[in-house]
Amino acid sequence: MTQFVFYLFAFAAVLGGAMCILQRNPAVSAIWLMSTMFSLAAIYVLLGAELIGILQILVYVGAILVVFLFVIMLLNLTHASTDMRGPGTLAAAIVIVGLLVVELAALWQYTPRRLAADLAQAPGFADPGTAFAAGELTRQATAAQGVVGALATPLFQTYLVPFEITSILLLAAIIGAVVLAKRRI
Amino acid sequence: MADTTFLGPSLGLSAILFSLGVAGVLLRRNAIVLFMCVELMLNAVNLAFVALAQLHGASGYIMVLFVMTVAAAEAAVGLAIILAIFRHKQSVDLQNINLLQG
Repeated sequence: MTQFVFYLFAFAAVLGGAMCILQRNPAVSAIWLMSTMFSLAAIYVLLGAELIGILQILVYVGAILVVFLFVIMLLNLTHASTDMRGPGTLAAAIVIVGLLVVELAALWQYTPRRLAADLAQAPGFADPGTAFAAGELTRQATAAQGVVGALATPLFQTYLVPFEITSILLLAAIIGAVVLAKRRI
Repeated sequence: MADTTFLGPSLGLSAILFSLGVAGVLLRRNAIVLFMCVELMLNAVNLAFVALAQLHGASGYIMVLFVMTVAAAEAAVGLAIILAIFRHKQSVDLQNINLLQG
């Protein structure tokens, strides 16, 4: 049953991505991308990352895509003519994307058993069962502190400095957006 | 051992979505659709992070939070740039935007 749900949402995500790049109307593209992001949120929940799934809906669908739709409607682009590139670029794109798919599809082979076997060859990992201690620790932390607590503890301890730098990044983005959107640059 | 039924399929889905994003960036000329394809690629990377976080701990989830932050900042600044260009050129077609071409 879970398998069926996973593949259903995976199909919805791929369909949404494909329609997003094929639709002529940017507003329709944005709606298809929204369906992709909802499907990805469902897949995150299936993968055991409930908080990330909710943040995906809140941040991506609720904030970023709404801003995209806002700009599309502000610029009144909905009646744009076709904007696909010519056949030469199409052929180049097919070659590049084909190579990329072949490369990335190798990730499909990545299974924990195989990785554990690879790690067992390396010095320092005598027991494959101990190879993924970090994931097991996170699971125990989730059981003890809940989904949010298990994420908050490393975020505000190990990753405190990157977290603070993020606030500077957001401040710079706010100032940049306001300056760029002013009438005279 | 963790439940890793969906690890391989998740990484495959991530690969497909990333390739779709690259195809969109290469094929479309509309700057806003191009931005949406970049968001699609960021989402694909997020999926890979979440799938691997099952094995490698909470660091993957925290990277996803950072990627989301960077995506939000990028969307804000990028859309402001597109607005400025539209005001200047009355178009978001990348063929008309060649100020840096010699």
